[in-house]
Amino acid sequence: MVQFRLPKNSRITTGKTWPKPEGASNVRKFQVYRWNPDDGENPRVDTYFVDMDTCGPMVLDALIKIKNEIDPTLTFRRSCREGICGSCAMNIDGINTLACTYGMDEIKGDVKIYPLPHMPVVKDLIPDLTHFYAQHATVKPWLETETNAPQKEWKQSIEDREKLDGLYECIMCACCSTSCPSYWWNSDRYLGPAALLHAYRWIIDSRDEATGERLDDLEDPFKLYRCHTIMNCAKTCPKDLNPARAIANIKKMMVDRTV
Amino acid sequence: MHFITPRKRAKGKGAAHAGTGHHWYMTVSGVGLALIVPAFIYVVGSTLGRPREEVLATFSDPIIAILTGLVLFVGLNHFRLGAHTLFEDYARGVTRKALIIAVDVLSYGLTATGLFALAKIAL
Repeated sequence: MVQFRLPKNSRITTGKTWPKPEGASNVRKFQVYRWNPDDGENPRVDTYFVDMDTCGPMVLDALIKIKNEIDPTLTFRRSCREGICGSCAMNIDGINTLACTYGMDEIKGDVKIYPLPHMPVVKDLIPDLTHFYAQHATVKPWLETETNAPQKEWKQSIEDREKLDGLYECIMCACCSTSCPSYWWNSDRYLGPAALLHAYRWIIDSRDEATGERLDDLEDPFKLYRCHTIMNCAKTCPKDLNPARAIANIKKMMVDRTV
Repeated sequence: MHFITPRKRAKGKGAAHAGTGHHWYMTVSGVGLALIVPAFIYVVGSTLGRPREEVLATFSDPIIAILTGLVLFVGLNHFRLGAHTLFEDYARGVTRKALIIAVDVLSYGLTATGLFALAKIAL
């Protein structure tokens, strides 16, 4: 049954308020979700104050500053810091996005940072994406062919290549899937927008020869048809992609082969 | 505790190879209802406050009787399948199955009752 309240041991409490930096005149308040699996405590929200005059413009800059200068125990993923690896996906100011490309000037008031919603938390801002990645693997995100490989390359026209635009750019940050209520309630069976966008990327690829098998694997009331076109995925995608459109196109292809 | 690999958990029981029929029916019936429900509401609205005999005469008209029958049948079937989706979303296990059976009984019952009443009026 769907749960509308967090379990008792997951309810968030008020955490520690760290001191303001001395002598700073341009200070911003950060409220950050903290949870340590080793201390047996409930999650809490710690409050930090960051001197904005000595901080970069992005939320990730502030998190790195907090970790380097205030609280080295704060844990989060980050790598490329330019929106291409997807590591620093988190919920900032109520929106799933990438901390490295989300400017603090886009946020009014305090900066509230939580891990991606409705996922198991490994620690602090790090969600457990094991199941998410396994679902991605089930759509076989690679070229499937039966014809013998050509001597040089699999050819593709410019027009067919253009069909992959808006799909291949997905960086698997999980912002879309974790913003989707259908994925919240049924992530054990619903593949979610990210995996389905990748599925469509290979279904529509002119070089791929497993279109029918791919559609067969998706034709399921839960794997595909849990999408109710809520569109949170398209709204939140930090790469401005539209997984909902990809899912709608898969549904169209399903209808085309039956009606 | 189950020692199941993430891949096995993600694959689950595989694809049911179903759902497209449901999706197509809901799309088509949704468009159909968008056309016939306003017409039905207009008919019902025009009979409000009229004497009983006039109302019975209105619903005895073949076109209006067919329209009413379509609204009953298509509307309640649309409701039934929509409720299936709702319960699949929010309920699990035996509760899910019980709710699906309950809404089937309710919507088929209402359809049969409505069609019986309509037949008594129209025929």
